[in-house]
Amino acid sequence: MSYRLRINPIACDGHGMCAELLPEIIELDRWGYPILRSPTVPPVMAAHAKRAARACPTLALLLEPATGTHR
Amino acid sequence: MSRYRVTSLAEHEWRYGAVPPCGRSGRTRPERLIDVVEASGLTGRGGAGFPTGRKMRSVAGRGATVVVANGAEGEPASSKDRLLLARLPHLVLDGITLAADAVGACEAYLCAHRRETGLLDLLRDAVAEREAAGIDPVPIRITGIPGRYVSSEQSSIVQYLNGGPGKPTFSPPRTHDRGVRGRPTLVNNVETLAQVALIARYGDRWFRGAGLSSAPGSMLVTVSGAVRRPGIYEIEMGTPAGQAVMLAGGPAEPLQALLVGGYFGAWLPARIAWPVPMTPAGLRAVGGALGAGVVIALPAASCPLSETARVIRYLAGESAAQCGPCLFGLPALADAVADLAYHGGRRAGTGPIAALIRLTEGRGACRHPDGAGQFVRSALRAFTADVGRHDRHGPCRAIRRAPLLPVPGDEDRDWDWT
Repeated sequence: MSYRLRINPIACDGHGMCAELLPEIIELDRWGYPILRSPTVPPVMAAHAKRAARACPTLALLLEPATGTHR
Repeated sequence: MSRYRVTSLAEHEWRYGAVPPCGRSGRTRPERLIDVVEASGLTGRGGAGFPTGRKMRSVAGRGATVVVANGAEGEPASSKDRLLLARLPHLVLDGITLAADAVGACEAYLCAHRRETGLLDLLRDAVAEREAAGIDPVPIRITGIPGRYVSSEQSSIVQYLNGGPGKPTFSPPRTHDRGVRGRPTLVNNVETLAQVALIARYGDRWFRGAGLSSAPGSMLVTVSGAVRRPGIYEIEMGTPAGQAVMLAGGPAEPLQALLVGGYFGAWLPARIAWPVPMTPAGLRAVGGALGAGVVIALPAASCPLSETARVIRYLAGESAAQCGPCLFGLPALADAVADLAYHGGRRAGTGPIAALIRLTEGRGACRHPDGAGQFVRSALRAFTADVGRHDRHGPCRAIRRAPLLPVPGDEDRDWDWT
């Protein structure tokens, strides 16, 4: 199963946990908000991505199946 | 509003005839109107330019739905929706009733800025006239919404009608899936609905008689700036931008550029803008957007950078302050553009401004940061010589000229989002 990441920018408060837990995919901008280097999560990173999504204090990091119907 | 004479229901029906029984209440199947609208090639006249028939189809046949007519014209340089509502309210109301019928709506709303009390009263009177005549099977509610730039975005309107603040929401869910009271909701601009009312009467072939085959019909444009007769004009789709300026009496003084599409549109040097066809694709091809059909003529004697700086400052203040990159990025971008316009001489190039645009684009829940970024990027592209002079030698004298682009003052803003 491959996954993709999405950020809910309204929910995100820039706590930065995601960038700590998933630096391979997420970096922070100059104001502390996450930037996705790529929305696709390589299978080897799936467990780390799940951990990062669970750790977000505002539940703003969304991990979804890559075959979802949503854009 | 008192400048304009409202068309009464009797006058409206004398001129256009009664609302045709096109949908559910007529002899034909409810989707018939959607077929005709789809065949007409009508696209949304509010700014996004999405095919109207396809939008109606995405809502139709899904149980009880809702229709929202968007007359909350957030673009400071646009006034065509206000004019249309004030002069021909019944044409818009016909469009609402026809759309409601076609998509099986149980509720319909017509939204305008809540501070425009004269317009709201006039619309309530028009609805009362129709109620007395028993025209609209689905009741149409006139609703005043917050007058902020992003409050007329469709998810903002839906959230406001659901009792929340008039701010954009994260999608999905999209409004056509889950909108007002969780029902599939069709949000259309009021000019689009007026066109639907005409198409229902005269047919898709009539509609295609104007404009281009790839962008049929006509549209309303608001032409302002250094033109002799600023105002609202109806043009065929595909009319060159320069011809829109000529319709408005032509240049009042030598021009250097046109701002086409409003504050989410683009600056185009006059020579490039003049032949550009007023269609979504035509403006996309030159890095702009048709938007709601705004054309502003900028005189050669104006400073384009100070004009741009004022507008981006205004747009930064219009952020709903929900998304970090917009909340922090747009003020930083406004600071950078103001520094170039009013201080300059740093020999920093356009790199810092371009970097800020990249940092905000695509990172909001709505397209506010994207539109603002496109506007500033177009200024850097259209005014390279001015950018270079300001960056090397400091501001030009023209920054002292009275500002041209309209920006609402703080006293005119609607500070309450709820």
